[in-house]
Amino acid sequence: MALDTVLFYAFAGITVLAALFVVVQRNPVYSVVLLIASFGGLAGLYVLLDAPFTAVTQIIVYAGAIMVLFLFTVMLLNVPREDASEFDRAHPLNRPGARRFGAVLVVLFLIEAVWAVWHVSGRETAALRATDPGSVASVREIGKVLFTDYAFAFEVTSLLILAAMVGAVVLARHRAE
Amino acid sequence: MGPAAPTRPEARRPKPEADKNHLMDPVLIAQIALVVVVFHALLLSAAGMVYWERKIAAWLQQRVGPIYTGPAGLLQPFADVFKLFFKEELRPLAADKFLFYLAPVISAAAAFSAFAVVPFGPPTDFWGLLPREIPLYVADVNVAVLVIFAITSMGIYGIVLAGWSSNSKYSLLGGLRSSAQMISYELSYGLALAGVLVIGNTLSLHDLVEQQGGYWFGVIPRWFIFLQPLGFVVYMIAGIAETNRAPFDFPEAEQELVAGYHTEYSSMSFAMFFLAEYINMVTVSAVATNLFLGGWKGPFLPEWLGFLWFLIKLGALLFFYLWIRWTLPRYRYDQLMTFGWKVLLPLAVLNLLVTAAGVVYFGA
Repeated sequence: MALDTVLFYAFAGITVLAALFVVVQRNPVYSVVLLIASFGGLAGLYVLLDAPFTAVTQIIVYAGAIMVLFLFTVMLLNVPREDASEFDRAHPLNRPGARRFGAVLVVLFLIEAVWAVWHVSGRETAALRATDPGSVASVREIGKVLFTDYAFAFEVTSLLILAAMVGAVVLARHRAE
Repeated sequence: MGPAAPTRPEARRPKPEADKNHLMDPVLIAQIALVVVVFHALLLSAAGMVYWERKIAAWLQQRVGPIYTGPAGLLQPFADVFKLFFKEELRPLAADKFLFYLAPVISAAAAFSAFAVVPFGPPTDFWGLLPREIPLYVADVNVAVLVIFAITSMGIYGIVLAGWSSNSKYSLLGGLRSSAQMISYELSYGLALAGVLVIGNTLSLHDLVEQQGGYWFGVIPRWFIFLQPLGFVVYMIAGIAETNRAPFDFPEAEQELVAGYHTEYSSMSFAMFFLAEYINMVTVSAVATNLFLGGWKGPFLPEWLGFLWFLIKLGALLFFYLWIRWTLPRYRYDQLMTFGWKVLLPLAVLNLLVTAAGVVYFGA
């Protein structure tokens, strides 16, 4: 096996397993740490795809900035472990109807996942080969596209984030008064 | 066949010529040697920094500092390390075992790996020993500056998780403070560098240094510090805050928090935090050397001795660090936050705006 393939499966395994344990895990701090590991695996996949800029941005923005805030909040609130005893028979999610619905969703998801893997792995990556990887990877190209073709979307997104920030501040101050 | 396997081989970097016998390729051996040398140089630099920290602190306080261990006390840091090695490894009963031991490893690993992309000399073939020139850094990344950011932001987790997993009030408060401080100063840190990147028009540290060769009017070296004086000041202040050094060492403010996030740590796990702190200082100073002070460019010395200039500038910046620590008292926590958000960040933004306008106007 080529080194690329080994690395791909290693990173993909880390990403998927860590993401799975984020949900299964009962301790919220561990969930945050595992989510960081999952983002790290994803960044590794970006590097394999010759997109180091995307990989580094993934780490800086998601694994770095956003997850630090998550961890900060979880620690500050001191969220307790979720114990199995709390999740008792009386819980609405534990009713027979809800459980059957959940089972159906799991089966549907598994079918979809198998179909997707089979479908994609059978296809030749000719379209991928046709694109010029150098232009995808370079910071300069990304910047140019972002500030010309997608300038409107870019600016609107920043306005949206600003509005959300102002909203959060207003809500927090309203509570305090 | 794996989905990511041989899809685009043409996108890979061209392989070295001696491909057939590549295990005996002298370039490969030289690069492995380089990794080993850089790793040990970093370890030794931490030891050296401990020695100088104690010596300079002593001189500033009119003491003599360590003198008994070895000539002029030079073996003192090694004695410290041996002492730490033989200490008992303590763990609070209520601590989270896994994260408690993981935290110092994250800190130290992030500190070491950040230096991997920092170049410290011009490309060299070691006086004809190698068939082609190799650059003097461990990892060849074209977005080096961003990689340093990414790894530094991972280093925060070591401190935050140490604070949480110790299950102690002082540790938790120290961890929370440090994360708040690092989030606040990371923005200024990044924006201060952005000015240099706009002028240099590249993200590669090596290319940025190469642009700083030569002189203005035959006298002033073409270092970016003369184009970005404000950027340099903001970078150094934010860098001191990022590495949790005095006067910004709130995570470990003794009067309030005992020892902050590493209150509960002993022996080698404590030593790893210590190591990480000193190596982070070296990395911040090395990046400042490369971005603002012209890296290995300097007068009098031939090109292949450029790393001496790099070491001289690095040493000067590290001395500056120690000097500041033993001169200024610690700020109050609210002063730190006010300063970070209301003074440093606007200055960094202003610096970037003016720089960008200048680059557009003069077309540099």
